Amino acid sequence: MTTPPTTGAAPQHHPGVLPLPQRGALLTTAAAALATAASTGLAWTWSSEFPGDLTYYGSPAGLQLITLAGGVLTLLFALSGLGVRGLGWLTPAGRTAPVLLAAIATFAATWFTLGAIAVQLGGLVNLEPGGFAAGAAALAALLGALGLPADRTAPAGRETGPAPGAWQRFTGALAPVPLRKPARALPYWGEILVIAAAFAAGLYVFTYGIDADDGPPFVGYLIFVVLAVPALQRAGLTSRLSEITARHRTFALTAAFVAAACFPLTQETDQYTIIGANILVFATVALGLNVVVGLAGLLDLGYVAFLGVGAYAAALVSGSPESALGLHFPFWAALLTGAAASLVFGVLIGAPTLRLRGDYLAIVTLGFGEIFRIAMLNLNGTTGPDVTNGAMGIPNIPNLEIFGFNFGEPHDILGFTIATYGNYYLLMILVTAFVVLVFRRAAASRIGRAWIAIREDETAAVAMGINSFRLRLLAFALGAALAGLAGTVHVHIVTTATPEQFQFAGPTPPNSAFLLAAVILGGMGTLSGPLVGAALLFLIPAKLDFLQDYQLLLFGLALVLLMRFRPEGLIPDRRKQLEFHETGQLDVPPDTGLPERDQAIGGTQAKA
Amino acid sequence: MTTFPSTAEPAGTADTTGTVLEAAGVTMRFGGLTAVRGVDLTVRTGEIVGLIGPNGAGKTTFFNCLTGLYVPTEGSVSYRGTRLSRKPHLVTKAGIARTFQNIRLFANMTVLENTLVGRHTRTKEGLWSALLRGPGFHKAERSSEQRAMELLEFTGLAAKRDHLARNLPYGEQRKLEIARALASDPGLLLLDEPTAGMNPQETRATQDLVLAIRDQGTAVLVIEHDMRFIFNLCDRVAVLVQGEKLLEGTSEVVQADERVIAAYLGTPFDDAPGAEEAAEVRAAEEARSGAAPGAAPEDSPPDAASGPATPEGGAR
Repeated sequence: MTTPPTTGAAPQHHPGVLPLPQRGALLTTAAAALATAASTGLAWTWSSEFPGDLTYYGSPAGLQLITLAGGVLTLLFALSGLGVRGLGWLTPAGRTAPVLLAAIATFAATWFTLGAIAVQLGGLVNLEPGGFAAGAAALAALLGALGLPADRTAPAGRETGPAPGAWQRFTGALAPVPLRKPARALPYWGEILVIAAAFAAGLYVFTYGIDADDGPPFVGYLIFVVLAVPALQRAGLTSRLSEITARHRTFALTAAFVAAACFPLTQETDQYTIIGANILVFATVALGLNVVVGLAGLLDLGYVAFLGVGAYAAALVSGSPESALGLHFPFWAALLTGAAASLVFGVLIGAPTLRLRGDYLAIVTLGFGEIFRIAMLNLNGTTGPDVTNGAMGIPNIPNLEIFGFNFGEPHDILGFTIATYGNYYLLMILVTAFVVLVFRRAAASRIGRAWIAIREDETAAVAMGINSFRLRLLAFALGAALAGLAGTVHVHIVTTATPEQFQFAGPTPPNSAFLLAAVILGGMGTLSGPLVGAALLFLIPAKLDFLQDYQLLLFGLALVLLMRFRPEGLIPDRRKQLEFHETGQLDVPPDTGLPERDQAIGGTQAKA
Repeated sequence: MTTFPSTAEPAGTADTTGTVLEAAGVTMRFGGLTAVRGVDLTVRTGEIVGLIGPNGAGKTTFFNCLTGLYVPTEGSVSYRGTRLSRKPHLVTKAGIARTFQNIRLFANMTVLENTLVGRHTRTKEGLWSALLRGPGFHKAERSSEQRAMELLEFTGLAAKRDHLARNLPYGEQRKLEIARALASDPGLLLLDEPTAGMNPQETRATQDLVLAIRDQGTAVLVIEHDMRFIFNLCDRVAVLVQGEKLLEGTSEVVQADERVIAAYLGTPFDDAPGAEEAAEVRAAEEARSGAAPGAAPEDSPPDAASGPATPEGGAR
């Protein structure tokens, strides 16, 4: 009864991993998910030594909140699958895959928590009955979800050859399916509310991650988010949301910025707002790099040098006592100086190198990035003129002051106290907004089209009358100027400009390799992709500090896995998605596909 | 199909009867290899000129010399009396647009975006205009889009404006390439094997399209191996063999010339073995083409040019 009627012969769903009746499996999952959520009200351990203090009855805390969220999510998806009225909107696409993924996420996060308690406190004896109850309930929910039939259907009357193995049935159950029916149109204010709610939820999830203690709480959070986000996606919620935001792009952008600007208001101390401010710097530079890599298709491996040029230029005119120039420009002038210096540097590097193509350009930019760093090291008074103070850098950069508003002091805004980094965070939001505006407008114009054309096929672009060299130089210069802009704020946040901040690769962002990773991971050529990618790439290493030497190893592994399973990036450009997944021809109307009958014929022929 | 919008005058229309393209003594050497040797070619307004020759004769190299992708070693190329720059994008700006032998669309852009890229030289809005978004920007974008849509309607692709170019069927990709080239309002259109790989219906549709383009005042220079296509369409045909122009003239002159046949098929021996079999095959071919509906027997050249599109696969 939960299967929507399909035209033609009744298609059969691929079987689930475990042979269970569908309704029974759904009911089991729902009940077990409810039990999992309820178990977070119990104490999981007796000692408050485990981070988050999971010893209270009736008040979930720390990692229990993750399990609670997972249980509720699984329950909601399962109820939606059962056909409960009013919950159908939760699963516009798949029904099994979201339940299964949510159950897996809950199971993984819960068992991780229990394992972490046992390991950290030394033995299973530290678990209270509540912990065992939670583990058992999460396992039951997972088993129930494994009994659900796959969303995908096989045409009726067609033998499927040998029965698929358990692993095939498992991957089949996780496979994405397209939206079942066009969504019911919401009224205008309804869509606006949906966008607002989505961004509020996003802010909450992000804030929770930033505030999570390093160590097990953050790892548990990460495990859960990595598995739960695909659940939302399989359910079709993300595509529904992107449909809606595409209709209200300006509002969605504004909502995103308002949500982001609310972040410092949620923070009591400056401990995490500095991470937020650094993420914004990193994300802004990544977006600038996206102009160069994503739009114009120029692989730039030395991009962090432009951030460095902006930072050094701003440091020199910042009024720092160590500055060789000893100038103190007002902020707007420093901002322009940083951007202009980067622009000039970009043109100087670009003019000779952009005559190269592809790999050659990548290697030359890599070289220039290192040249910049080494030049800054050597302009120290002994091996060169005294400009940058060498490895010591330019320290003691004073806080900004705009119209008497000193960024170094806490200020009360709307009853919230915003301290130093909160101030910089808010300033950086404005800079990011400006860069977003530039990116959007440049991409959707004659210039942006020419960039994409050059990326797609340079010879053809030239034959269409595009002056390839000039446009590539323009992309390079624009990208450099945007990075320089971010650099001016960056240097005030870190208060010291040193050459070591601007390396090709290193364990912490920003460096050229991480910037490129942020762009590719997030989604080349898109607006939100690099922003999301940069946030993740900054947050995860910052929070996984306790792994020390293994941090980069795991990080690299995660990148490899992501590129294997989602080469188009987290937030893909429509073009890229089509490029990497040939079968998903999203822009072709469904009626152009082969009719079911032909596929069946093809199948029989293939068997014959 | 017939309503070609005439809002766009070909760039720099000074005279409507004069010479559009004049190539004089174009020579292209790659090291010791001379790919094109001293080729002269003139295209006048309202003409369709064909360029044929066996594979490797230097046709595409000659095209690349015309459009600035290659800088000719010797010789000059003029468009409407002014000598062309050696930068390909300036050649396009001057008014020569081209398509490619292997389709070179912007595969991951939509049909409309592809055509809009073709408008690049005819619009001026730079980065500042794009960032500031004044009224001029919106006006230019609107008029570009309008012109692009006119061209898509002309080529019959309007319904697929939002499809990615890579998802179009082969024949429509060819059409889109032509629409994209036309978007730069050229006075001369260079088509490099526009019907390669097409079925007969698609070839006929392309033929109609090329005639419609000519009727709107754009001269066309076309490389093609499909002889029926060439001789149906072209006012004049030039034959390129081993980098040199063998012959230039009307279809009849070229079809009748023994040297052309020899260039494609090689010279028969005296008392050639298998001559009888060849005569039989020819008789059968003629009988078949005479019986086939839609074929044009009066166009069939005596020998080489009849039959399938690639006669040069023959007896060398």
